[in-house]
Amino acid sequence: MIDVNLMIENFPTFLGGGSGEPVLSTTDGLILTLELLFYSLVGGLLLSIPLGLMRVSKNRLVASAVWLYTYVFRGTPMLVQLFIIYYGLSQFQVVRDSWTWEYLQEAYFCALLAFTLNTAAYTTEIIAGQIRNTHWGEIEAAKAMGMSKWLMMRRIIIPAALRRALPAYSNEVVMMLQGTSIAGLVTLADVTGVARRIYSDTYMPFEPFLMAGLIYLAFTFLFVWLFKLAERRWLAYLAPRKH
Amino acid sequence: MKKPLLTLGALLCALTATAHAETLRFATDASYPPFSQQGPDGKMTGFDPDIAQALCAAMKVTCEVVPQDFDGIIPALHAKKFDAIIASMNITEDRKKAVNFSDKYYNMPSRLLAKNDTAINEAWFKGKKIGVLRSSIQEKYARDHWVKLGAKLVSYGKAPESFLDLKASRLDASFVDAAVGDTDFLKTPNGKGFAFAGPAYNEAKYFGEGAGIAVRKVDVALLERINKALKQVRADGSYDKIQKKYFSFDIYGK
Repeated sequence: MIDVNLMIENFPTFLGGGSGEPVLSTTDGLILTLELLFYSLVGGLLLSIPLGLMRVSKNRLVASAVWLYTYVFRGTPMLVQLFIIYYGLSQFQVVRDSWTWEYLQEAYFCALLAFTLNTAAYTTEIIAGQIRNTHWGEIEAAKAMGMSKWLMMRRIIIPAALRRALPAYSNEVVMMLQGTSIAGLVTLADVTGVARRIYSDTYMPFEPFLMAGLIYLAFTFLFVWLFKLAERRWLAYLAPRKH
Repeated sequence: MKKPLLTLGALLCALTATAHAETLRFATDASYPPFSQQGPDGKMTGFDPDIAQALCAAMKVTCEVVPQDFDGIIPALHAKKFDAIIASMNITEDRKKAVNFSDKYYNMPSRLLAKNDTAINEAWFKGKKIGVLRSSIQEKYARDHWVKLGAKLVSYGKAPESFLDLKASRLDASFVDAAVGDTDFLKTPNGKGFAFAGPAYNEAKYFGEGAGIAVRKVDVALLERINKALKQVRADGSYDKIQKKYFSFDIYGK
């Protein structure tokens, strides 16, 4: 049966407490998961806007370079990407001697790098798709106003594309939340890593992973709700008529 | 009709012959190198069978070493399939309820793996990253002793992962069971430039009492003879000879 006491006892461990330490004394568990998620999403979003523009560029070379990047990162599992960055790169003496090693020797940085590159690839495709989806009427109107190409991009195409990207992007955020659970495989103690530690301390598999699952579920719920609010605010003009 | 009779006769002779020279049957794990493994001829080789042979020589009896899967080894002892178990079995309170243990015949220490010529002292631990296996006895020991000296522990799920990070100098040291560190790291190409550093750790409170030879609870006399033989092989150097064959370091402890 499920040992509820064990779950309650170990809950502080997910909040950076555990083994008698006060809650939040370390960033283990939830804090680390949210940190990884937040930084990789911000980094990914910042990368993906220029990459999205390059993806729809008329310059074949630029467009296909970005296509290759998104194809590789969307076509391989994030776990494989993380392992290549963490265990793979460290095998080369050249890498270990270079300035990058200062960063690459940290599991935290490797996880962040893998997550950022991965989410940037998906977000690039989402944004590129929405840029292509821009209604021709809007572009014609912008041209009729005498807007230059970049002004039109800045004022018309990108804002509208980002708005329309919201529903797809909320999916990406939720997927990334679950995706961070592989950070535990490179020695980091995120929510899943903490669950695995409790599991190997107590030999109870069900309770710690159930707790971890509930935490992910709660945050998924929160994110979905926040995106609903955002969509209601910025996508109201696309909502079906209510009267 | 004559042939079966002959075989029966031969069998009887064989039976009476074994009754004269006592044979002790030792069970060992079928596959746990370098402690035990089955050769292509079916014979058991390794540290455990060799110690068994040495003990039998000391007791002046004939030895038979039989392989047995570890998970069914105690029930098979009770079923009298053999007389004693020498299978790198750690002496634990739970097992003591089922069998009697001899004195330890080895106590594998845990050791720090680090770059060649690393001098370990208390000051060394400050700011050092040390790899351990998650929830291992090594992790517990390191947490109780080294964290307060300023060391940072990094937990791994598998030993080879920590060896990779040690080689990539993400770790300053890896704290592992000495047999694992020796076989899976130092003796591989990856282990070049690395060595055991610092002392051997085998405090019983953390690392247990070591491995013992198990016999049935009723065989009190046999246990006494095995213990006596153990003392003898330790004293006459035959133990050290076997140890040298498999390990480059002391695995008996204090």
